[in-house]
Amino acid sequence: MEKNYEALYDIVVIGGGSAGLAAAISSYDSGIKNVLLLEKEAYLGGILNQCVHNGFGLHTFKEELTGPEYAERFIDELKKRDIEVRLEATVLEITKDKEIEYSDTLGYHKIKAKAIICACGCSERTRGQIRTPGDRCSGVMTAGLAQRYLNVEGYLVGKKVFILGSGDIGLIMARRMTLEGAKVLGVAELMPYSNGLNRNIVQCLNDFNIPLYLSHTVKRIIGKNRLEKIVICEVDDKLNFVPRTDKEFEVDTLLLSVGLIPYNPLLEKIGVAMHPKTRGPLVDSDYQTSIPGIFACGNGLHVHDLVDFVTNESKKVGECAAKYVLENGFDASKVLTVTPLNGIGYILPGKVYLKDEGTIKFNFRVNKPFKDVSIIAKLNGEEIKRTKKPYLLPAEMVEYILDMKLLKEGELTLEVSND
Amino acid sequence: MYDIIIVGAGVNGCFIARTLAKYKLNILVIEKESDVGDGTSAANSAIVHSGYDPHTGTLKAELNVLGNKMYPEICKELDVSFKMNGSLTISTNEEEDKKLDELLALGKANGAEVRIVDRDELLKMEPFVTKKALRALYAPTAGIINPFELCVALMENAMDNGVSLHLNEKVLKVEKKDDFIVKTDKGEYSAKVVINCAGLYGDDVSNSLLDEKIKLVPRKGEYYLLDHFNEPYVTHTLFSVPSSKGKGVLVAPTTSGNYLVGPSSNFIDDKDDVSTNNEILTDVVKEAYRIVDNIPMQYVITEFAGLRAYHESNDFVINEKLKGFINVIGMQSPGLASAPATASKVASMVARDIELVEREDYNPIRRPYIRLKYKSNEEKNKMIKENPLFGKIICRCEEVSEGEIIDAIHRNCGATTVKGLKKRLRTGFGKCQGGFCQSLILKILARELNKDMKDITLKGEASYILLKETKGE
Repeated sequence: MEKNYEALYDIVVIGGGSAGLAAAISSYDSGIKNVLLLEKEAYLGGILNQCVHNGFGLHTFKEELTGPEYAERFIDELKKRDIEVRLEATVLEITKDKEIEYSDTLGYHKIKAKAIICACGCSERTRGQIRTPGDRCSGVMTAGLAQRYLNVEGYLVGKKVFILGSGDIGLIMARRMTLEGAKVLGVAELMPYSNGLNRNIVQCLNDFNIPLYLSHTVKRIIGKNRLEKIVICEVDDKLNFVPRTDKEFEVDTLLLSVGLIPYNPLLEKIGVAMHPKTRGPLVDSDYQTSIPGIFACGNGLHVHDLVDFVTNESKKVGECAAKYVLENGFDASKVLTVTPLNGIGYILPGKVYLKDEGTIKFNFRVNKPFKDVSIIAKLNGEEIKRTKKPYLLPAEMVEYILDMKLLKEGELTLEVSND
Repeated sequence: MYDIIIVGAGVNGCFIARTLAKYKLNILVIEKESDVGDGTSAANSAIVHSGYDPHTGTLKAELNVLGNKMYPEICKELDVSFKMNGSLTISTNEEEDKKLDELLALGKANGAEVRIVDRDELLKMEPFVTKKALRALYAPTAGIINPFELCVALMENAMDNGVSLHLNEKVLKVEKKDDFIVKTDKGEYSAKVVINCAGLYGDDVSNSLLDEKIKLVPRKGEYYLLDHFNEPYVTHTLFSVPSSKGKGVLVAPTTSGNYLVGPSSNFIDDKDDVSTNNEILTDVVKEAYRIVDNIPMQYVITEFAGLRAYHESNDFVINEKLKGFINVIGMQSPGLASAPATASKVASMVARDIELVEREDYNPIRRPYIRLKYKSNEEKNKMIKENPLFGKIICRCEEVSEGEIIDAIHRNCGATTVKGLKKRLRTGFGKCQGGFCQSLILKILARELNKDMKDITLKGEASYILLKETKGE
């Protein structure tokens, strides 16, 4: 066959954030010496670079680091290895045959890989996606963008702020902007419970007397040029506005922290099967997508609570991709499908290739808060494991480990039971 | 002293400027917003209607049918995205079906190309039409256009041919002395001819000069905009039949591969109110389900509203009540489709006031925008080798490079705001709505325009994005 590409790599990692760094390092350490890492920005580390608060790395390094410090550890590790890195290199196309087209200041390149690891991160849900009505003024932006303006560019976006959504970035920004001299008037959360980590509610809101309005949303945005005012109101259990509960806030800034969505146009374009709940690709127990040899990890796969979890997962994905390259594929003879039932929002992976020994780690999120419940695993309808949990929250991903010896072909279901 | 002052740089002001730029004239266009085409022209259905539904004998009918025919060539000259995708007006019950025959007769009387397609043919042409469909009125010459590109391209080409443009300047009144005096919030200009294309504010401009007072009422239309996606969806512009059940909406692709669902239609009071409203948009979707069985609402990226200037005649108001003062107002739908013909009509009116002498150096061709996305890999590679900034992707949702952005800034009628760039190149138009790229875009705009980042606005005036710098304070 005619070679119509510049170079052939064993593994190409797309994205040089926390996921891509860990995946590149671990695939190298698993015996792959021909790894290329492509990063669209001028620097590695991804979104960690704008997360100047600390709290990163408690699990991985047993110490509290800032985002840039956490990234630096992995960048240093990467540099110790012979891993090729291209910066300001944006991937524009990938194919099912694992050809990759990317653009950088040197040219438009077409390369080929034996395996691709997509570590493209996530994007923030926008005003359009939650359909907040009202005027189209400036001063309404995602919390992450405001964070970038403040922590990377050194600009404060406003002085009277309201935050919609209790996602972690919003909570972190409530504190950050307060410390910069802005007044944060409140946080509204659509659900009757917070979507952020409990420690962030305490340290970012309670410590600064910022009120959290649960079961509230922004009903109207008012402002001809710059935001002038917002109206929030209560919502009922069907999430409809409750009449006569309007509250007005005169603010110049509304930050949106209403969820993160895996960003995968590259995978969507080539028809990779996507998970309806996570909005990331469907993967099997080797983190392989529906296209053999294309892997996914990090927040591009599903949104994680902590960067430490991203690192762990991506390390594993690097190993899987390396194994795929070294062994020319996987043993897919014995398959177990995994289905979330009552109380479980989503579970990953959705498909397990059974092995004779070892364990398999699942990640799942519940779809509402629970107290004093059990998680029940059933294999082909028969209970194989029951685990008591004092509480379960949608904001906290659950790691759930099963011994391979317990499993056989068929269907595994997981559910939450009130006993 | 100008030969001609055009008040307002919406699609009509821009078209008229470009049409008159052919002649040896000293022309000034004054626009109150920070960019051309920012009002009604920026928020509409982006349709070049075929002209089958205005009442025969109206200006709307005459200019729509003519304008429709003029678009293909103009869009070629100006490198504006245009596609003759054809429209289908779909009947789903007996009442609507009857109305379809009336529309057919109206279309023929107007001189628009129309025919009825039966259910089988309809489902073959457009598999995404509702299964309840009975028949449809097919208008093959109806098209879709990028109205942002259109206004920018018209004005750029007009400026290439010598027209002057003042942005961020509001016309306060027009007076008649020997010549006309146009007073703005920044100064005073005299002109032999004044053309009032001030959109929703056209009544104010006209009333400041003429004794005969007119009134324009804003009518709001709200839409959903869907992202481009990989699954196939509607390819024609689908209209519902106006009936006792509702006034009718459309589901249509855009030239950029997005989809529009809308509009609503409500009279309002405030000429600046482009806010959106949940209940109204919910009704819009309900209406749209009359003509399609599936609207993939998971792809909604934004909602928006636009205002049309309604005049009680329910027709365009194009007149010259005082010699040298030409009103081009009440240009509601099909104002966009009619705009090329409107401009020709206005040019012939101007020719009665002042002598029009053609310029020898007139160039109707606008240098195309650079869009690497649509080029072959070899071409992309070659262009990046010549200018490395073409390889630096800034907006990854829409695949726009820094080189392309810089080019869009340094042109006649170049972009100066975040919205201005969005309209020209689609930066920030995609899935992330600027979440990833807005900070990079602000930086590039600031550098190229020699401003501080905090002085770059969303859409001019007080729509600042950054409040103040924190470092070094």
